[in-house]
Amino acid sequence: MITGISLYEILTVTSIIFFVGVYGFITRKNLISVLISIELILNASAVNFVAINKYLYPEALQGVVFSIFIIAVAAAETALAVSIIINLYRQISSVEVKDTEIMKY
Amino acid sequence: MERIIFYTLALIIVVFAIASVSSRKMLRSVIYLLFVLCGIAGFYFLIDYNFLAAIQLTVYAGGIIVLLIFSVMLVHHIEMELEVVKKARQILVGLLCLIGLGVFLITIYTHPFVVVENQITTTTADIGYKLLSYDDGGFILPFEVISVLLLAAMIGAIVIAKKVGSE
Amino acid sequence: MNLSYTILILLVPLTVFLLLGIFNQKIKPAVSGYIGVFGLFVSTVLSYFTAYQYFFVFGKLEGVYQTFAQKTVWMNFTDTLHIDMGVLIDPISVMMLVVVSTISLMVHIYSRGYMKGDEGYTRFFAFLSLFTFSMYGLVLATNLFQIYIFWELVGVSSFLLIGYYYTKPSAVAAAKKAFIVTRFADLGFLIGILIIGFYTGTYDFETLNNPEGAAILNWASGSFMGLSILTWALILIFIGGAGKSAMFPLHIWLPDAMEGPTPVSALIHAATMVVAGVFLVARLFPMYYFVEDGFALKVVAFVGAFSSLFAAVIAITQTDIKRVLAFSTMSQLGYMMLALGVSGYDGHEGVGYMASMFHLFTHAMFKALLFLGAGSVIHAVHSNYLKDMGGLRKYMPVTNITFLIAALAIAGVPPFAGFWSKDEILAAAFEQNKLIYFVGVFVAGLTAFYMFRIYFGIFWGKETKYKHPPHESPVSMTFPLMVLAFLSIVVGFIPFSEFITADKAGFEAHLNYPLAAVAVGVGLIGIGLAYVFYKKENDLAERFSIAFGFFYIWTFHKFYFDEIYLFVTKKILFQRISWPISKFDKKYVDGTMEGIGNKTVLISEKIKGLQSGKFQDYAFAFVSGVVVLALVFIYFLNY
Repeated sequence: MITGISLYEILTVTSIIFFVGVYGFITRKNLISVLISIELILNASAVNFVAINKYLYPEALQGVVFSIFIIAVAAAETALAVSIIINLYRQISSVEVKDTEIMKY
Repeated sequence: MERIIFYTLALIIVVFAIASVSSRKMLRSVIYLLFVLCGIAGFYFLIDYNFLAAIQLTVYAGGIIVLLIFSVMLVHHIEMELEVVKKARQILVGLLCLIGLGVFLITIYTHPFVVVENQITTTTADIGYKLLSYDDGGFILPFEVISVLLLAAMIGAIVIAKKVGSE
Repeated sequence: MNLSYTILILLVPLTVFLLLGIFNQKIKPAVSGYIGVFGLFVSTVLSYFTAYQYFFVFGKLEGVYQTFAQKTVWMNFTDTLHIDMGVLIDPISVMMLVVVSTISLMVHIYSRGYMKGDEGYTRFFAFLSLFTFSMYGLVLATNLFQIYIFWELVGVSSFLLIGYYYTKPSAVAAAKKAFIVTRFADLGFLIGILIIGFYTGTYDFETLNNPEGAAILNWASGSFMGLSILTWALILIFIGGAGKSAMFPLHIWLPDAMEGPTPVSALIHAATMVVAGVFLVARLFPMYYFVEDGFALKVVAFVGAFSSLFAAVIAITQTDIKRVLAFSTMSQLGYMMLALGVSGYDGHEGVGYMASMFHLFTHAMFKALLFLGAGSVIHAVHSNYLKDMGGLRKYMPVTNITFLIAALAIAGVPPFAGFWSKDEILAAAFEQNKLIYFVGVFVAGLTAFYMFRIYFGIFWGKETKYKHPPHESPVSMTFPLMVLAFLSIVVGFIPFSEFITADKAGFEAHLNYPLAAVAVGVGLIGIGLAYVFYKKENDLAERFSIAFGFFYIWTFHKFYFDEIYLFVTKKILFQRISWPISKFDKKYVDGTMEGIGNKTVLISEKIKGLQSGKFQDYAFAFVSGVVVLALVFIYFLNY
């Protein structure tokens, strides 16, 4: 734990990152930007896991392990998302969110 | 000392996160994200999880960011300006996020956390044992599942990104 | 005595059916004929063996024939009510085994010649085997439900065989007609079965037929519209039997059924299936006799007598020889029903029952012979109509002689088979009911007349110029004719009353000479009239038909019964009832359902615009929802 820093402060920071991510996810008009927002959200939750693990249950390691899993899943997800974006770009020459609407029905 | 570092990191993270989601240039946005990720890695160092910090730097900063930059380079002109949504919508979403943040913070600050004072340092070996242990609370099965997931993602990415009609 | 081998009698034809049916295309026609004949030969040998064993070796105990039943529970409803499957050996079932085996074997042999070169040769033999299997099952059934199952199977095989020439529209229509009419009658049968099951708690023949059993003693326990419920059930069952046996007014299918190949007519529509109705009444005879002092039995007697007269009158005017024979069959079936109807139960009282079974037995022989003979003639001249025949005795000597024997047998001339059984029937009727007796005698005269009308018409009469000179049929066809002719002569001498009686005890039957003389006299008068009218070519018959005018035309058109049925079904049932109901169903019942479906599609078509396809809108809605829910849970519900 960090000397002089309470859990509240860390959680405040992660909450802010989380909602910044949500804001980006909803307002950005480009698929890659949306992906970036997702990374922010994921990171915020990963930090939460670690912080709570460290502050409340220092002997356990579950939070850390879960963070590792989150990072792994994020890597997989990013790889897939990028390949989808590239494929989409090849098909419709655009990675704008509004151009993906044609998939609705 | 740690407080100063923490606040500095927090400031960096928040500022660059906001910059990242509001920048109108794609590549800059990705680089801002890199700063955020580095800041978080700094968090991990501060909190004494060196291994985690290392992963954060290698996988995120080293891998994912490079991947993102690649895709940006492939599909955009670097100087291209991104479109921005309407002001009304920005405000609406911003308001929603603020309310959500408010709910979060109020909940967090009204919850009495039972903090255990400690200075335990976790070594990489501990995490390794935990990950590969098949005793109670071991993570061998999720670990294997994640391995398979990564493999599947790799194959999937190759299949999806392959040129259409090349099979 | 172990009777478990009797199941083989059924299983052999079933196996043949499956074999021929499954490998229909792979078996050469010649081979399939041999397989069919061989399978039936095995069954026949087993049947004869069973008959011999039963009647002469082990069947009798203290002068009374015992009933042997082998059965297993098939469907269990309650402790007492269950449906069994099994084999019942008693005098009438053994007798029927002999009849079915003999006729079926003869028909199988005959068909090898008659159907030669036909496309569906293998199919024909497969169906014949199916029919024979079903008929065996019917006569060996141990309870009402088993008999019903095989009853329907027999109906199906009859349907298949009538519609054998399925490319001919008239054959298809006839098959459909036969099936629908008998099915309609079977509805009565089924309801009767269910009533009996409900009120007596059993379907088993042995329990039901026990004169001291609960089923018969408690017949008065329930009543409905002035009659005992059991009487109603028995009348309903008789309706089923009347449908199969072509009793008035359910007879309309039988003449049309002649569209099938002639061997089929001989087997199914003369000798075996159509007597199933008679057999059914005989099977339940104790119930018919004891319940409400035999009220249902009186119904049987009068329906039988009327059908007998009705059919005989129509038979006189028909020009298609197979139809004449069909109406003759109907008339003789009426005779059997009539005999059952006037029968008593104990000892010599039960002469009617005995006579009915006796007539069933002899009739099977000579009527099958008549049909096979007619088939032989049709085979030679390629026509069913009397006008295309004449003077055939020179070309077809064997057919001529055998046909004459059969005609004499059915006319009741001693010593041929028909004389003995007919005499017993008339004797029984004379003791019970004079009216029925006179009807019987009159029908005997008519029978002799129309039989010899077609006999003279075919083999004597005017010389017809044939395009191809007709020739005698091959041995495979004449051999069964000769066998059946032989049987038609000798079976009359079997002392039937010692084997088959209502109370199974056996008695001495004596010929009633005055009555026999009357019957023979009437028969000879009929033959004589026919001789005068048709022996030599003359216009006597035509003048008579003109003199009778109106009556002749009515008879010729079978009293317009087909037209009445058509009117009732088409004009009234279809147009007035079924059509509006189907209209209602389509418009309102189906319409409502379809309307709901269509409206759903329409509405979804309209509201699908709500789905913008922008995932960020969805995300926005999702996040707002989460926030709102969080607020609600935290501040209003205090979680």
